Amino acid sequence: MSALTAEQAPPERGSLAVLAHGLRLTPEFREGLGVTLLLALVATGGRVVVPIAVQQTIDGGLSGPEPDLGLVRTAVGLAALAVLVTAVSAYVMNVRLYRSTENGLSALRVRAFRRVHDLSALHQAAERRGSLVSRVTSDVDTVSTFMQWGGMLVVASAAQLLLATVVMLIWSWQLTLLVYLCFLPLFLAVRVFQARLQAAYRLVRERIGELLGAVAESVVGAPVIRAYGTQARTAGRIDGAVGRAREAQTRAQTIAALTFSTGEMVAAFATGAVIVAGVLLGVDGGITVGRLVGFLFLVTLFVQPVQVATEVLNEAQNAVAGMRRVLAILDTPTDVADPVDGRPLPPGPVDVRFEHVSFAYPGGPEVLHDVDLTLAARTRVAVVGETGSGKTTFAKLLTRLMDPTRGRVLLSGVPLEEVPFSSLRTRVVMVPQDGFLFDSTVVDNVRYGRPSATDEEISRAFAELGLADWVASLPDGVRTPVGERGEQLSVGERQLVAVARAYVADPDLLVLDEATSAVDPATEVRLQRALDSLTRGRTTLAIAHRLSTAEAADEVLVVHDGVVVQRGPHRQLVAEPGPYQRLHASWVSQSR
Amino acid sequence: MTVPVPPLRGVIRRGFGVLGVAVREEPRIFAVSALGSALFALTTIGQAYVFGAITDRVIEPALRTGNADRAALAIAFCAVMLVAVLKVVGIVARRLGAGIMQYRLQATYRRRVTRRYLELPFSWHQRHPTGELLSNANSDVEATWSPIAPFPFAVGVVFMLVVTLGLLFWTDPVLALVGSVVFPGIAALTVVYSRRMSPLMTRAQQLRGEVSGVAHESFDGALVVKTLGREAAETARFRDRAEQLRDTMTAVGRVRGLFDPLMEALPVLGVLLVLLAGTSRVGSGDIDAGQLVRVAYLFTLLAIPVRAIGWVLNELPRSVVGWDRVQSVLTATGSQEHGAERLPAGAGVGVGVQDVAFSYGSTEVLREVAFDVPAGRTIAVVGPTGSGKSSLATLLVRLVDPTSGSVRYDDVDLRRLAPGAVCEVASLVPQSAFLFDDTIRGNITLGAELADELVWNALRVAQAERFVQALPDGLDTRIGERGTTLSGGQRQRLALARALVRRPRLLVLDDATSAVDPQVEQRILAGLRESGPASTVVVVAYRRATIALADEVVFLDQGRVTARGSHEDLLAASPGYRDLVTAYERAEAERVALAPQADEAVPA
Repeated sequence: MSALTAEQAPPERGSLAVLAHGLRLTPEFREGLGVTLLLALVATGGRVVVPIAVQQTIDGGLSGPEPDLGLVRTAVGLAALAVLVTAVSAYVMNVRLYRSTENGLSALRVRAFRRVHDLSALHQAAERRGSLVSRVTSDVDTVSTFMQWGGMLVVASAAQLLLATVVMLIWSWQLTLLVYLCFLPLFLAVRVFQARLQAAYRLVRERIGELLGAVAESVVGAPVIRAYGTQARTAGRIDGAVGRAREAQTRAQTIAALTFSTGEMVAAFATGAVIVAGVLLGVDGGITVGRLVGFLFLVTLFVQPVQVATEVLNEAQNAVAGMRRVLAILDTPTDVADPVDGRPLPPGPVDVRFEHVSFAYPGGPEVLHDVDLTLAARTRVAVVGETGSGKTTFAKLLTRLMDPTRGRVLLSGVPLEEVPFSSLRTRVVMVPQDGFLFDSTVVDNVRYGRPSATDEEISRAFAELGLADWVASLPDGVRTPVGERGEQLSVGERQLVAVARAYVADPDLLVLDEATSAVDPATEVRLQRALDSLTRGRTTLAIAHRLSTAEAADEVLVVHDGVVVQRGPHRQLVAEPGPYQRLHASWVSQSR
Repeated sequence: MTVPVPPLRGVIRRGFGVLGVAVREEPRIFAVSALGSALFALTTIGQAYVFGAITDRVIEPALRTGNADRAALAIAFCAVMLVAVLKVVGIVARRLGAGIMQYRLQATYRRRVTRRYLELPFSWHQRHPTGELLSNANSDVEATWSPIAPFPFAVGVVFMLVVTLGLLFWTDPVLALVGSVVFPGIAALTVVYSRRMSPLMTRAQQLRGEVSGVAHESFDGALVVKTLGREAAETARFRDRAEQLRDTMTAVGRVRGLFDPLMEALPVLGVLLVLLAGTSRVGSGDIDAGQLVRVAYLFTLLAIPVRAIGWVLNELPRSVVGWDRVQSVLTATGSQEHGAERLPAGAGVGVGVQDVAFSYGSTEVLREVAFDVPAGRTIAVVGPTGSGKSSLATLLVRLVDPTSGSVRYDDVDLRRLAPGAVCEVASLVPQSAFLFDDTIRGNITLGAELADELVWNALRVAQAERFVQALPDGLDTRIGERGTTLSGGQRQRLALARALVRRPRLLVLDDATSAVDPQVEQRILAGLRESGPASTVVVVAYRRATIALADEVVFLDQGRVTARGSHEDLLAASPGYRDLVTAYERAEAERVALAPQADEAVPA
């Protein structure tokens, strides 16, 4: 639906461009990269030590009638030194690599996390949250796996192939050519294998995703499953998902095993061919025994790079895809941005002005049409209307969770897009219907509204809101844990905490979006009265389908199909024929 | 959720215990895999012998005499290929076998864990966070069987080591001694490595969980974060975990950075030692050049496989932790007791709540709750926020059992009913509607064989008919994961239809229409009334219209029934009840009384 869906964002950058862009955005990766790569090359050098030592031993040490121990000692000593240098460089290289990549990845994670919060509410839509989480977790992890393992393996493998080739060429160009001819088809086939493996792994990931969905359903839906006795059906669905995941895994494993084996067979063929060709060459004096045997060792150096190539290519593709998704977040413009040189809201009560405001969701029809109105400071305004009439959109524009597609919103005469967030978010607070709580205590959740609030102040706030009895009924009072998403509390109780949270924030404009929809009437009226009496200096806008809120308001806005169709005090509106009268009649018939 | 790292000695012993379980679960496929691995081991050694023999008998004579024996060359070529084919057979059997074994075990345990989830009572679910249950079924099962991938390989390697050392001693005791220094060295290094690595890996795993947990929670509460301007504070909270993870992973890098090169260098040093010692052995005539090459080659070939033992040992701590967590689910008790009785068919059941107390953890939610609902009657449960109404609703359909007292249908204690008997009788519509990732039809029928006509009827009563008709595929429209594509009111109406289509003999509505517009709710209530007086209905509600449907009201305050009777009786007798249900009228009355002042206070 937006630039966040990397797969759909045209034009797509090439893999190298993605990596280059990623490196540019993450300077931590580049720190000392040159030295690290150099060390990687040195570290690979150690791999050709054995074949050379074997060759020297056989040709120099064992070729004469008497073994030349001195020569072998020198060769072995030099080789041991080379091994030592290799090991030390590898160690230093590893440590540097881990340090720079982990630094870069953690910075990237944090930056992407922050960006997600800076995106407008539109981009944070509920159904996409899981995928947003994976941006800062698994997507970054795939990049890390590649950088710490695959990337270096590519460097090491390339260096290994290169070094082996150089040594082979020195010993015999003919045999080198032969080895290359044997491996050439395999090099070419790697792409094919890799493509199949990639597809197989993708299927595995999809099936695992389905499996997790099925398991999650059985856990989250536990009460419904029990209340309706659908355990057998749920078990069947999970079993199906488990079975499908296993099939996909087995398939991927089969392809991987066959790919690996192909490398082994080609190596054997190359070895056999080197023996035959080498002997034929050697008979004519073209190669020594030691070099020929050394060659056999060198051929084994060809196998591993080819065998890991398929997996490394997979990792590389995953890393590029992961990086692409992370970058898509970082590249998404913050459409509702904090102004650079903003004008803070002037102190004192806030009045609201909507200037010919219209709004449409991207790609959707207009949901709010040309709203033009002023709300006086210190008034209590109720917004009523049927579900889907545009009430919540109105509240979101007022609090700048979104910007209008046309027109503008002004608070105390300052256009909203010029108000810095530091001023806006302390002066204007909205309580959404879903009173989301963090997995902590009641008091910590309330303190979220004003970090400096003490426990005593928070207890006093509850008392002022008429909720002291409720707090007292909690097992640990304000220090009662609320559980994940606040789910240890009932829906209504969560709303009480959310209102208290906004209350201690003490904003000058308070927006309540169905904030007490699950609270009992007596508590709701008490809350409302507390908010009113203590907020005569404050402007309040409340969206509610319980019309008691409208009855208590100074002014009522009736929204219908994105248009404000009626406005005025309750007593006036209820007296004139129109949508409000109908809404109110139905409310009265229900609540009296 | 801190995972304690058990002491290593115990871990390796217990880890082998888990591996033993794996072998017992999948003996055949393990045998195939281990035999494949043994074949691989033998052919690896065989390869060294073949190379040695080819060096001695083909290459060396040919290059010395300047005469290539074509038949010998052909045999050499065929020998190399034959060994390779056998080796590949071994590799395929080992890798496929190990994979199949691992995936089968994963599948088996995922089924067992999720089956247990379904068997365990709702009260058990309430005590365990969703995230924990998800990781039990997914990552813990995965962790448990993670050593299975390299396990057959390691078994083959042990076999290979024994054979190799035997051969070495047989070939030349001096070279064998060199070998017996290097291989145990590698093994010892591996153990040290595991010991250093496993706490770091456990820590990293835990931190990954925390990083993901913070992101999940923070993005879930994105609206709250944004409306209160707490982005910077949230980022600091996330950064703290991300940097701890970074530091742990950097520590992992230091350990791995040291051990990887050492593990690579050791076999190479072994080969060099063999060459050094071997040359003098060749000089003294104890062995020939071919034998030396063979031994040297063997060392090169063994370098990687020997590490397979390390791979298994490395995974053991993770495996043991995973196993413990999986076992904690599989051995969890607290399943609800069931009897064998079923209720005879009929219309509404009579519900009896007898002296019920209910605690959630250490908190007493309900006590001394007692009331009867005669068959076919409607009762409203009214009470302030947090008074225990939802808990009572879950007790009525036996999602949970009371701590003391009993709930009865037609005077039969629910605990004496057969499994599934309660569901046949009662339907609960909870406060927050839960929908499955399925079609509309699937969400209503839940797999029961119900004609579309019945489904449409239920949708009509629930006032969901119109919006379902407007959906692109009607009843066959798939609604996304947990119904995120629908509004709260629409979800509630579908949940209501799901209950109505079953024609329950007891219908429990737990504030099930809170997200529905008043007018729509009114139509739903009218529909309910018309759909027949047959069912017994318990409705948790605040709205007067809903309460008006009830024959009797039970007023719940702080977990106790403080008043019972008709709406009028309670209005007269219970101040708490009166306070609650007349709140709006009184508020309005006060406003009217204060109206003139209010008008003055507010500039027009």
